[in-house]
Amino acid sequence: MSVEQSASAPIGAQHRPQFGGVDDVLIRLGQAGYLADRATATTVFLADRLGKPLLVEGPAGVGKTELAKAIAEATRSDIVRLQCYEGLDEARALYEWNYKKQLLRIQQGSNAATASGETWDDASDDIFSDEFLLERPLLTAIRREDPTVLLIDEIDKSDVEVEGLLLEILSDFQVTIPEMGTVHAKRRPFVLLTSNATRELSEALKRRALYLHLDYPGPERERDIIVSRVPDIAPALADQIVRTARALRAMELKKSPSIAETIDWAQTLLALGLNTLDEAAVKETLGVVLKHASDAAKAAGELRLN
Amino acid sequence: MSTATVETKGLLAHLTGFVAALRGAGIPVGVGECVDTASVFAAVDVINREDLREGLATVCVKRPAYRLAFDTMFDLWWPLATGDGEALGEAGGGDPGQDGEDGDGEFGDGEPDIDAWRKALADALMDGDSETLKRLARRAVSKLGKGAAGGGRESYYSYRVMRALNPDTLVAQLLDGLLNKAESERGGMQEQVARQTIKDRLAEFRQYVDAEVRRRVAEDRGKEQVAKTTVRPMADQVDFLRAQSDDLAELRRTVHPLARRLASRLAARRRLGRSGRLDFRRTVRASLATGGIPINTHHKPRKQHKPELVVLCDVSGSVAGFSHFTLMLTAALREQFSKVRAFAFVDTTDEVTSFFSPGEDLPRAVQRIGNEANLVWFDGHSDYGHAFEIFEEKWPEAIGPKTSLLILGDARSNYRDPSLQTLKKMVSRARHAYWLNPEAQRMWGSGDSVATRYADVIEMKECRTAQQLADFVHDMLPGA
Repeated sequence: MSVEQSASAPIGAQHRPQFGGVDDVLIRLGQAGYLADRATATTVFLADRLGKPLLVEGPAGVGKTELAKAIAEATRSDIVRLQCYEGLDEARALYEWNYKKQLLRIQQGSNAATASGETWDDASDDIFSDEFLLERPLLTAIRREDPTVLLIDEIDKSDVEVEGLLLEILSDFQVTIPEMGTVHAKRRPFVLLTSNATRELSEALKRRALYLHLDYPGPERERDIIVSRVPDIAPALADQIVRTARALRAMELKKSPSIAETIDWAQTLLALGLNTLDEAAVKETLGVVLKHASDAAKAAGELRLN
Repeated sequence: MSTATVETKGLLAHLTGFVAALRGAGIPVGVGECVDTASVFAAVDVINREDLREGLATVCVKRPAYRLAFDTMFDLWWPLATGDGEALGEAGGGDPGQDGEDGDGEFGDGEPDIDAWRKALADALMDGDSETLKRLARRAVSKLGKGAAGGGRESYYSYRVMRALNPDTLVAQLLDGLLNKAESERGGMQEQVARQTIKDRLAEFRQYVDAEVRRRVAEDRGKEQVAKTTVRPMADQVDFLRAQSDDLAELRRTVHPLARRLASRLAARRRLGRSGRLDFRRTVRASLATGGIPINTHHKPRKQHKPELVVLCDVSGSVAGFSHFTLMLTAALREQFSKVRAFAFVDTTDEVTSFFSPGEDLPRAVQRIGNEANLVWFDGHSDYGHAFEIFEEKWPEAIGPKTSLLILGDARSNYRDPSLQTLKKMVSRARHAYWLNPEAQRMWGSGDSVATRYADVIEMKECRTAQQLADFVHDMLPGA
């Protein structure tokens, strides 16, 4: 154990692996309601064991964010989530000074200072202390002492600069605040980054993280997922749904049906009291899985619904 | 763990050899990642081959495009078994029991009974059971895949297996089977869905056969030799001009995100520094809340320059693979921006913007361009000069001071007048102008290519692969 720890572990950050093995991951994620395949479980296990961030990339709706939630539940961790978007900056991701409170402190202080003889240095030390610091998700995750899953969601949506910001955190689990010094993680969070691959992430970021390409699951597993989420559904119908969804995904649509949408589909069919997925049923409910008019037209043509 | 320590030296050497092979196959694996592979070894149960595969992949493969090459290399470096694969496959492969028995007795050792094989394959395909398919592929390669390799040697071939079993002819039978299960009539949706299912499973079987053949060949000739010859170039490095049809499908998958990335890159430029000049009035007003101290400043929104893009695309037969791909790119851009105009030409030019209306299905759009657009003027051979002249004559207003001009083509003009002056005029009016050429740079200017002469007028880039296009997007477009 000691060899690989020294190779990748930063100084100071306590790292306590929480999974015993790949099978343990499979079982515990399963208990949390996430049916992972073995590749996913292996990757999660390694990320946990090596204490490295895990970058999960793949099409929308294959369960990337769900995975983070399931890991949090399986390890009894709290989840700290940073939702990325264009224009996300340091102040929103890392920390910010509470200017208004600082201003109040100075004004209130200036009256008292003349009386007590407080110098400028005392005051400036004071206003750059913990009391005036507004924690944002990244700093929160670093400073937490309880087990934490840090979810950095849709990193590809953020500007390139944010990646630079993340590098220090992802490799050394520390944050440098100029006025205060460096904050080290007391306990290393399990970091999970998700991306829809709308842009290429930097090499530096990829180097620091383990990589998992999450794709649509195989037919058996997707059926199991549907059955576990919609327990009332007949297995044969779930099977039909999965196979139809796969046929739809093979069509190069603009927006392929995601797992969430196939689950919705199962629920819809159940609610409508349909127990077989024939032409009429598909025609009626296609809107549940396809979200573009052109996709629906194309699918109807290829499935010969008309 | 004990196996790792006993054989550490051999294992480490094996591991570094593996990493070197990955690099050789075009997968960049850094030193840090190389160290991590050793950690993976210590962390996972090495006996479980699939865990090891996924563990190494998670460290080494940082792009989906690399995965196929990685799997190939992994199979070579950590073969499932040796020889016919029965004994080791059971002991080390992690799938105990159920192997063997039913196989050899039924199929016999002498002349293989093809009908029995085909029946077994049909059953396995019907059930869609991966383990059975894998086992079948393994045995089929050893019994049916052997053939002469010249020089009195023997080797294994996928095509021999596929020719013997001819799984494509099973489709009708499988379709009957699947549809009976679904209790539905033929011809409708059920059949389409069933066809897709069969297609998936056939592809799976083919993949197992290929992997097994690689393994057997590697055993015969040494893995280094096979590593050199069997790894296909990755999709983003396939030459546009030489792309086969299945490459094209793969290319489409890699290019789609690229087109989106290109579009988002243009958009990102637009948004950079979105806060413009200080809005004094609003800042002062806001400062009243904080006792006259302007804590929050307000800015006037900056005037936005919407990028205007004009794409001129050669769609003649000689650049078919490339133009197919550039039309895709155009379609993607068209969806992102209102101000994209697309023009296609062979020996005359026509505007094709309307074919790419949002929501239009791309293959159909390409087909319609071929049928409906007015692209052929004289004989249907590329004539860049004439195409440019027509463009200038008919759409002089298309290029303005805010326009980025993108020309896509190989600049092979069949010895006709290149009309350099017209191009010069077009370039001088545009804000930026780039030419992407799908030919290797050393070929420029040879034969009927006027690439070098055009390159004096316009910035020309070699763009033979999706990778090079990505580089172009990265390097050039920030100015757009």
